[in-house]
Formats: sequence, structure tokens, C-alpha cells
Amino acid sequence: MKKSIADLMKIRDEALKNMQLRDQSESNCRVVVGMGTCGISAGARPVLRAIIDEINKRSLNNVQVVQTGCVGMCRFEPMFDVNINDEKVTYVNMTSEKARQVVVEHIVNKRVIRDYTIGKSENE
Amino acid sequence: MRDISMHVLDIAMNSIKANATVIKIMIIESDETIRLIIKDNGCGMDKETLNSVVDPFFTTRKTRNVGLGIPLLYQNVKRTSGKFNITSSLKLGTAIEAIFNRKHIDCIPLGDINETIISLILLEPLIDFIYTRKNSFKKYVLNTKKIKRVLNGVKINEKEVIDWLKADLLNFSMAF
Ligand SMILES: Nc1ncnc2c1ncn2[C@@H]1O[C@H](COP(=O)(O)OP(=O)(O)OP(=O)(O)O)[C@@H](O)[C@H]1O
Ligand SMILES: [Mg+2]
Repeated sequence: MKKSIADLMKIRDEALKNMQLRDQSESNCRVVVGMGTCGISAGARPVLRAIIDEINKRSLNNVQVVQTGCVGMCRFEPMFDVNINDEKVTYVNMTSEKARQVVVEHIVNKRVIRDYTIGKSENE
Repeated sequence: MRDISMHVLDIAMNSIKANATVIKIMIIESDETIRLIIKDNGCGMDKETLNSVVDPFFTTRKTRNVGLGIPLLYQNVKRTSGKFNITSSLKLGTAIEAIFNRKHIDCIPLGDINETIISLILLEPLIDFIYTRKNSFKKYVLNTKKIKRVLNGVKINEKEVIDWLKADLLNFSMAF
């Protein structure tokens, strides 16, 4: 890592410059990803990375991604909640592909993907 | 758990839950073994908790009455005739050491350890991670405390920084 400190300083300057261009408004969307043992063993890590990757790709700067432990519904893992303005939707049995769709449809286009939500899975 | 890198993420989540501010992760490889050490400065455990922690029917969680993380790691280590050790003291922290015999047919692979480190930094940018990986020839250390000092206020989970970290990790793992 030693020789790359100079690089890192360049990266910092670049990030600073880009940050000024970004929308600095308060985040109004919160994604909560299940990262307990059940979530991780079911594949939460690639799901998390897909969500963040899609958010970054689309420069969705007011979306916050956080983790939570097991919520007692292990058979629905990997799962995550999307909270927008106090409204919570729980997506279950996620894959990285489905997670990317949720970012685009739900977070960007504001359309809930019913087929992937917990209500749908429970009725099956 | 499919591989060791998943266990690392899971065990580190215990440290996060224990309110650790510094988490050390070490992976030491030899021809014979993969040795994993995860050490935190979190709340620690009392004797009673510590003694029952490898028992799958023990947990302090409330949503489910079994804890799985540590028993699963213990099981995967023992299947390779490896060694498992855990020490903990209240208010001081916890250390877990797992030694896998990598030549054993039942040994799970190391997996994508870089992804685990990046995921941890993305999820918990305020915690300091000190990640060391070494074998008999090479040693790599990523200390987020030092990186934050250079970043001087820019968040470590900004996209540009994460991309740099990823490249740095990758650059080095190619040497392994
Ligand atoms: N690093 C740590 N610091 C303090 N306490 C710990 C630590 N690791 C484990 N524990 C204690 O041991 C218990 C069992 O841990 P384990 O990972 O096996 O299960 P869990 O975290 O409770 O549930 P799961 O891992 O299945 O989501 C935890 O509930 C916690 O009380
Ligand atoms: Mg656990």
C-alpha cells in the first residue's frame, strides 16, 4: 500500500471535486439489508454489492444503505427493506439481478415490484 | 457457509454488533493451513456466554433461539481436523482464531476475501478495519485508520475511494 499513498491523495481530490457536483440534499431513501448469518449464507453479500453498484452507477446520492441482523424470517433471505419517506417495502429471496431491478424500478421510477415483496411470498 | 470469506463477514458482523470500533482481520496462509484471526475491541462476553458460544443452541439474540455463526465456523474448522479458539473479556473485546487444514478434502475455499473487506468498509465506514493477509513470501496490510488520515474528511465509502481500495486489494491478491 505504501507507494500508493500519493495515488490515494489524488483520489481524495477527485472525490472532493465530484462531491461538489453531486446533489447534497438530505437522503430520503434508506435501504436496510439483512446481514445476519442466515442472510450472509443465503447470498446477502452479492446482493448488497449489486445495490450499491447500481446506486453509484446512477449517482443516486440521497440513498443510504445500512445493515441489520437476522429479523427472524431466515427462509426469506437474502432480503432488504426499501424505506422512502417512512414507507417501508420488504423485498425477499433476492438475487443481485433482482436487487438491481428493485433499485431501478422502486428507487428511481418509484414503482414497487410487487412480485418480489414479502406480501406476495407469504400468500404463495 | 460456502467459503471462508463468508465466515469472515459473518464473524465481523458479531464484532459490529458488539459495538467494536476497531476490527482486526488476519489471514495467514501456508502450504498446509489457512489461519484466520478476527479480533475486536467490542463489549466482549462473560464466562458463561463464552463457554456456550460454540453450542448451536445458544444465542443472546431474540428473533431466533439459536445462534449459528460461531457454531458453523467451528464445524467447518473441525471437519478439516483444524483448530478453533475463542477468547473474550468483558469490555475489552473478543478474539477468534480458526485454523483450517487446507489439504483436507472437506476444507472450504478461501473465497473472495476482497469482497468481504470492501463490503465491511461500505457498511461500516466509521469502524476501523485492519486487514492483514500474508504468506511466507508476502504481506499486505490495509489499515482504514491510516487511509482516513490521508482522506482528511472525505468519506472512505465514497465511490472513488472504494474503487481505489478495490484496485489496491486486487493488485495485491494477484501476488498470492
Ligand atoms: N465478537 C463478539 N463480541 C461479543 N459477543 C459476541 C461476539 N461474537 C459472538 N458473541 C456472542 O455470542 C453469541 C452467539 O454468536 P453467533 O454468531 O454464533 O450467533 P448470533 O450472532 O447470535 O446469531 P447468528 O450469527 O446466527 O445471526 C452472540 O449472540 C453474542 O452474544
Ligand atoms: Mg453471528
